Amino acid sequence: MKREEIKVCVLRVGGTNCDAETKRAFEELGVQTDIIHANEVVRRRNLLQYHVLVFPGGFSYGDYVRAGAIWAKWILAKLGKELKAFVNENRPILGICNGFQVLVEAGLLPSFSKMSPYPEATLTMNLPPGYNCRWIYLKQENQGKCVFTWNIPKGKVLHVPVAHSEGRFLFTKEKQDQFLERLYENDQLVFRYCDKKGEYAEGSFPTNPNGSFHDIAGICNAEGTIFGLMPHPERAFYWWQQPDWTRQTQMPQYGDGKIILEGVIEYLTKKF
Amino acid sequence: MSANLYIRRRTPFLLFEIDLVKATDQQLLEVSRGLGIGLNLQEMKAVRQYFRDKKRNPTDVELQTIGQTWSEHCFHKTFKGKIKAGEKEIDGLFKTYIVKVVEEINPKWCFSVFEDNAGIIRFDRDYGVAIKVETHNHPSAIEPFGGAATGVGGVIRDILGVWADPIACTDVLGFGPLDFEYEKLPTGVKHPKYVYMGVVAGIGSYGNNMGIPTVNGAIYFDESYTGNVVVYCGCIGLLPLKKFRRNVTPSDIIVLAGGKTGRDGIHGVTFASAELTGKSEEISRPAVQIANPIEEEKLKRAIIAIRDLELASAITDLGGGGLSSAVGETAKRFGCGAVVELEKVPLKYEDLAPWEIYVSESQERMLLAVPLANLEKVLEIFENEDVEASVIGKYTADNILQIYYQGEKVADMDIPFLFKPPKTTKKAEFKPVTFKEPFFPEPKNLTETLLQLLVSPNIASKENVIRSYDHEVKGNTVLKPLQGEWAGPNDAAIIKPLKGSWKGVAISCGMNPNYGKIDAYWMAASAIDEAIRNNVAVGGRRIALLDNFTWGNPEKSERLGSLVKACEACYDFATAFKTPFISGKDSLYNESPLGPITPTLLITALGIVPDIRLAVSMDVKAPKDSIYIVGKTYAELGGSEYYKLKGFVGRNVPQVRSANARKIFATITRAIDLGLVKACHDLSEGGLGVSAAEMAFAGGYGMELYLQKVPKRNVSRNDFALFSESNSRFLVEVSQEAKTEFEALMNDKACAEIGKVTKTQRLCIYGLNDKAVIDASLSDLSTSWKRTFSSGVLA
Repeated sequence: MKREEIKVCVLRVGGTNCDAETKRAFEELGVQTDIIHANEVVRRRNLLQYHVLVFPGGFSYGDYVRAGAIWAKWILAKLGKELKAFVNENRPILGICNGFQVLVEAGLLPSFSKMSPYPEATLTMNLPPGYNCRWIYLKQENQGKCVFTWNIPKGKVLHVPVAHSEGRFLFTKEKQDQFLERLYENDQLVFRYCDKKGEYAEGSFPTNPNGSFHDIAGICNAEGTIFGLMPHPERAFYWWQQPDWTRQTQMPQYGDGKIILEGVIEYLTKKF
Repeated sequence: MSANLYIRRRTPFLLFEIDLVKATDQQLLEVSRGLGIGLNLQEMKAVRQYFRDKKRNPTDVELQTIGQTWSEHCFHKTFKGKIKAGEKEIDGLFKTYIVKVVEEINPKWCFSVFEDNAGIIRFDRDYGVAIKVETHNHPSAIEPFGGAATGVGGVIRDILGVWADPIACTDVLGFGPLDFEYEKLPTGVKHPKYVYMGVVAGIGSYGNNMGIPTVNGAIYFDESYTGNVVVYCGCIGLLPLKKFRRNVTPSDIIVLAGGKTGRDGIHGVTFASAELTGKSEEISRPAVQIANPIEEEKLKRAIIAIRDLELASAITDLGGGGLSSAVGETAKRFGCGAVVELEKVPLKYEDLAPWEIYVSESQERMLLAVPLANLEKVLEIFENEDVEASVIGKYTADNILQIYYQGEKVADMDIPFLFKPPKTTKKAEFKPVTFKEPFFPEPKNLTETLLQLLVSPNIASKENVIRSYDHEVKGNTVLKPLQGEWAGPNDAAIIKPLKGSWKGVAISCGMNPNYGKIDAYWMAASAIDEAIRNNVAVGGRRIALLDNFTWGNPEKSERLGSLVKACEACYDFATAFKTPFISGKDSLYNESPLGPITPTLLITALGIVPDIRLAVSMDVKAPKDSIYIVGKTYAELGGSEYYKLKGFVGRNVPQVRSANARKIFATITRAIDLGLVKACHDLSEGGLGVSAAEMAFAGGYGMELYLQKVPKRNVSRNDFALFSESNSRFLVEVSQEAKTEFEALMNDKACAEIGKVTKTQRLCIYGLNDKAVIDASLSDLSTSWKRTFSSGVLA
């Protein structure tokens, strides 16, 4: 499949607010990208026309109840059939920030074996509490299963921003060791918070900006096709979005966000 | 209350006629109080005369409509009215001092100024930038979270109200000291810490939820803000100028879209135009609206879609005064009348009286005028975004406002009458202050003094607040409020709003309330200078200004006197700098049981950065670079943070020498364009000492500076040289290669190389006698600067 044939669907509902910059980033990668209101997808039943589905950042439906919970239930109720088909055909799905919360609430992540009827993890209130907007470092942990990050060398440190108040990744206490083991076994761990040199945050703020268990910032499903992360690659895409560009004499054209988004495009061009 | 003045009409809903025709003067005032419309006797008499001429009594809907339209908040009576100041008579502060600047300068790039909900300037050939800053002081004093959140929501709607897509927010706040003694709080005044937490959370919540980056702001602390919190909410938007529509014709349909209407926000404008008292909470709690940012986010999407398809003929937001202001002002502007059917307004709950529906300030509502042919499409767009939209009436060819409720006519008034309240004449008096310059010996340990200044709340890092606002959403924030790894304070934020263009918008502000205690004229001049120099420091130019006044009760002549002085300065300096005012807002009557507010003028500056690749941040970049100071230092410490630390106010408030300042600003811009400036930081609160410290720890390198070399006048003490707050000054980092060119550019200006960037992580400043007066490690400086709001007062 040629790059320009690839169609990305950036889905939105009331409260979604990172759709435009997400579309801009994908378009820069040379793929067709549409921002579509979920209402319209329900009306036109056209989800399967797309090769990649993106749940962007924002506060879908105000994030009342729990972050991502309403949109997750909404989508299962209204587009459940298409979504399942999308997943079963191993078409890639990306969730950024609120999108990650939606995927977890919908049972699509971590999804150890198949779609779970209930959330197996949560992205809950930050510790320390409150909204936090800052640049952090991520370490690539995946052995190659995740179709979004397969081309990023394991152990590479990336610089991207986070901005959220509910990003603390947790499993239930009783199962957390067992689930963590499964993440490793299935190669589902993708990003962990670390410092500039790549040392894990070990829970310390602000290196780990939200108190996530095991410094988890992003995971994929067991198939490697569904990927969610709290940081915003679309805000670290161009050089001029970097926090320190005024200090540099030479800047690479793109930031680290680009490599996070382009893996899936290359995956599709190779696979299909 | 003269109950017999109120006559219930025989309707299935609550509607009263008020027997105004026969009412005595005393009864007029009782009616004004009884209905909570806040009109004075002169105004009530004009109303009585109008209805005597009509030979009938008004309904409550009519009186409420007049009350809203004539309120200080909606009509700006003080700024539009006559003022007697000694021999001088000023026919409208607004006309005489504020609008006159733009009339005289008449720049080609002003697209719409003081006409719409927001000022609009040209950005490039196709796009315009809209900006508006609102005050939301009174509601935030009663309910900090809701007051601040709806302040943000309101100003975003102002931007939508000129068909612009919001791209950034700016918020400037003023609180009482966070360690204010609880015992000293009068009844009804909330503790500054509670207000602070609520306001900051409210602002963050609205901007973050809507996905609009909050990129600029400031927080000030002053005793006088304890009873009167200051909340300035600003928003900047982008619009394709070709899509800007305002051409209502009679028979256009009135469409109300967004949230439902309820009892929240009844009489917000009357409340905003009165002093706060111990009972404000009890009486005025319903005046504060309830925020729902997601509703506004959806509304925004629909409005932008309608704009792009050019389906509507006008738009305005529902803010102060609710429907009464929005319908009335639109009809007036386009020389129309209007017919409104209030039962078509979607309600949150039953049993609202018609007047409540008409004046409610419930949030997230916009009013559109739509030609009948486009109506179906417009309603469909709203429906697709899950936004409720209703046809509530239409504009007519006459000049009459007619309101119906369930078939009954509940109002019938001439629009011209509604917009011609009797002109007030207020008296202004100028009272000289009694502060004197203090005498005290120069402290022995100035390093200690510098560290104390960095801790003081007005200077200390607001990082915790800034990070609770999403300043990166939309991915266009080129220069962030916090600079780099060490989070130094940038002078202005830059947004790059268009994908295909390197052009940017720089947003900055200036505010010096402490100078206002001494002299309102120089306070205003300083705020203008500060806002401009912050903008210039990052590479902004072609600057437009916004004025936001927060003052005490203008009925009191000395409060009005200082307001007149500040307005004079606005005219003098905006004209001198050729920076027109394009929008503004005043909030008067800021008085509480603790007294009046310190006169506070916020100046917001909006500049253009032709190419963001040349933007400059404030952090030092490399050892061995030279540090220059540009601008002369005077012994101007009146109202300074240094005097405050020492327990004084002082007398010698910083002045602005506009001719020199203009040259300096232009030369800095030139130097930035030539790529000679590696870092630039303005000198403001805490003067040279604080500015140098911030540049150093933000960049992670030390500095070695010499006070002897600083161009100065009548400054013979190290502490004065370090902490004077003289205006129009910058610290500039220049590489060795660029020195000659930079110096040639600066030749006739007050400018000198005062030292170098060093690899050692220390700030060393040598005094007038060449001995070290400051010697501190960067980590000590930055720890002090960051301490105040990370633990300290909030612990």
